[in-house]
Amino acid sequence: MSERQLSYREAVTEAIADEMRRDPRVFLMGEDVGEHGGAFGASRGLYQEFGAERVRNTPISESVIAGAGLGAALTGMRPIVEIMYLDFMAMAMDSIVNQAAKVKYMFGGHAVVPLTIRTAYGAGRGNAAQHSQSLESWFLAVPGLSVVMPSTPCDAKGLLKAAVRNDNPVICVEHKLLYNETGPVPVGDYIVPLGKAVVRRPGKDVTLVATSRMCSLAAPAIEKLAQEGIDVEFIDPRTIKPLDMETIRASVRKTHRAVVVNEGPRTGGFTSELSARIMDDCFDELDAPVKRVAAEDVPIPYNRNLELEVIPAEKDILAAVRAVMK
Amino acid sequence: MTEMLDNETLLGNYRLMLKIRFHEEAIKKLYLEGRIWGTTHLCIGQEAAAAGVVAQLRRDDYITSTHRGHGHMLAKGGNLKPMLAEILGKATGYCKGKGGSMHIASMELGNLGANGIVSGGLPIAVGAALSAKLRGTDQIVVALFSDGATSEGNTHESMNLAALWNLPVFFVCENNRYAVSTCCADSIAGGNLVKRAAGYGIAGASVDGNDLEAVYLAARAAIGHVRGGQGPYFLECATFRIEGHYVGDAMLYRSRTETDEWRKRDPILHVEHLLLDRGILSREDCEGMRAEIEEEVRGAVQYAESSPEPGPAAIYEDLFTDGAAS
Repeated sequence: MSERQLSYREAVTEAIADEMRRDPRVFLMGEDVGEHGGAFGASRGLYQEFGAERVRNTPISESVIAGAGLGAALTGMRPIVEIMYLDFMAMAMDSIVNQAAKVKYMFGGHAVVPLTIRTAYGAGRGNAAQHSQSLESWFLAVPGLSVVMPSTPCDAKGLLKAAVRNDNPVICVEHKLLYNETGPVPVGDYIVPLGKAVVRRPGKDVTLVATSRMCSLAAPAIEKLAQEGIDVEFIDPRTIKPLDMETIRASVRKTHRAVVVNEGPRTGGFTSELSARIMDDCFDELDAPVKRVAAEDVPIPYNRNLELEVIPAEKDILAAVRAVMK
Repeated sequence: MTEMLDNETLLGNYRLMLKIRFHEEAIKKLYLEGRIWGTTHLCIGQEAAAAGVVAQLRRDDYITSTHRGHGHMLAKGGNLKPMLAEILGKATGYCKGKGGSMHIASMELGNLGANGIVSGGLPIAVGAALSAKLRGTDQIVVALFSDGATSEGNTHESMNLAALWNLPVFFVCENNRYAVSTCCADSIAGGNLVKRAAGYGIAGASVDGNDLEAVYLAARAAIGHVRGGQGPYFLECATFRIEGHYVGDAMLYRSRTETDEWRKRDPILHVEHLLLDRGILSREDCEGMRAEIEEEVRGAVQYAESSPEPGPAAIYEDLFTDGAAS
């Protein structure tokens, strides 16, 4: 399959357009997704191609956006709904957590919920405490939901297409700082399966698991560590729920050391869950405690220096890897 | 002169209302005898609203129901046996015993679910209506809720969006005067729900919810309005919750006199009077019909009690739909 360079944003847009062309049941709904093309430009051109019936601009009503997505999914459609910022999911939590996640189970299996919820997240843009959060770990505690966090344009497209074709609610969490990043994206139809991690770089000394934009921080850190003689095996889980523990376990059994990196707060975050699971499954294999790199347990501050201090940086990854190698 | 219901319709609704009443009384008895696990909410006194609105829908129309939803389900064509089996948590229940009283649903009958969250069904109703519109059908959706739900944001987001998009949603508020212990006088600012709906440009009316004929005729007009593409409609059925919020509620928050006054306005006795006055049934016919339906309910209780419990394997079943969509 031939490739070309696309931005993460363009990859998302292309995934939505592909799926809408392929399946008339797919439609997009959310705040400012119409002529405006979405707050982060991820639906640019879709309104022009598909019209107002299938690219639906909503009022600022997150609960009904998510809940109406569920109602449409239950009755034969395959909606993609956009919640502009992950922070705004707080306004839609009943529809997502009490309804979409559990109707199938509560109804004894007699429901099919092909609902995709897209959202943008993350700090590093001076958006302050209510527009910068990494709340993805909330959904880890809700059985019935799947959560993907693509780190590359190729995965952004492939995971979103897989989500749309999945018959269950899937939350696609896209990092705001990745939208302008470019990378190779295959031409033509492909999906990246949910629940499959990828080993970005094989190594023998330490397993580094990083999610979404944290992968961009990890890559240069890994090169520096290689110069110090530390050979890092780098895993991008791509889907944080369900989690591909098989790939992670296989790596830890080889390296006997692990560092896990996620932009969310340290307490109750994805790193808490992943480090616990590594210790559950691989305790006897570990030569050092699992190290976590996560945000400080504070709201994201506005000031640039403070914000950058609160969220993980390359230096934190370097320090964590060096610590487990001691 | 006000229009009267034809004999057949009146008789059919009488039978349905008796079925709902005896179903609820059977549950109350089972509960008080300690034969039901968990909690259950009875709709005794509200049978006219359930029957008058829901029974005249088409099978392919949808409803979203409430935690006090047994009557809605029976009116939508629900069968007593899987109803009672579900309430007893049995494997033969509508939800295989995993939903219980508050989550009875049937995709085949178009019941998108009773709901443990009082306004949780409204966004789902809006989405199902959007789906009907996008699929080009003339299906409608009845969103059932009560006075308690009218103070939640979901209700307002849902009415706003349904009106904005001219969706076929029939909003039906069974105002039974009490949200748990709080009287509607202490929770509804302005005191007039029809005016609230009018604020969203939604046509509406308020009827005596204990008068089957009034409910049926108002609902018939509303269904015509909604199915005819004139947008959503709001109907308030003014009624009363004769029982407590749950079985065993001591009801310290309201006077016995108030309940006694409403007991005199029992919706079933009201229909019975009409049937007798109009010479459709004799007293003996009524007694015969009551005995017949009581027997039917007894048989269903027996079925439910003798049904198997779900086995432990059921714990991990029905959470996800396997495989990708076609």
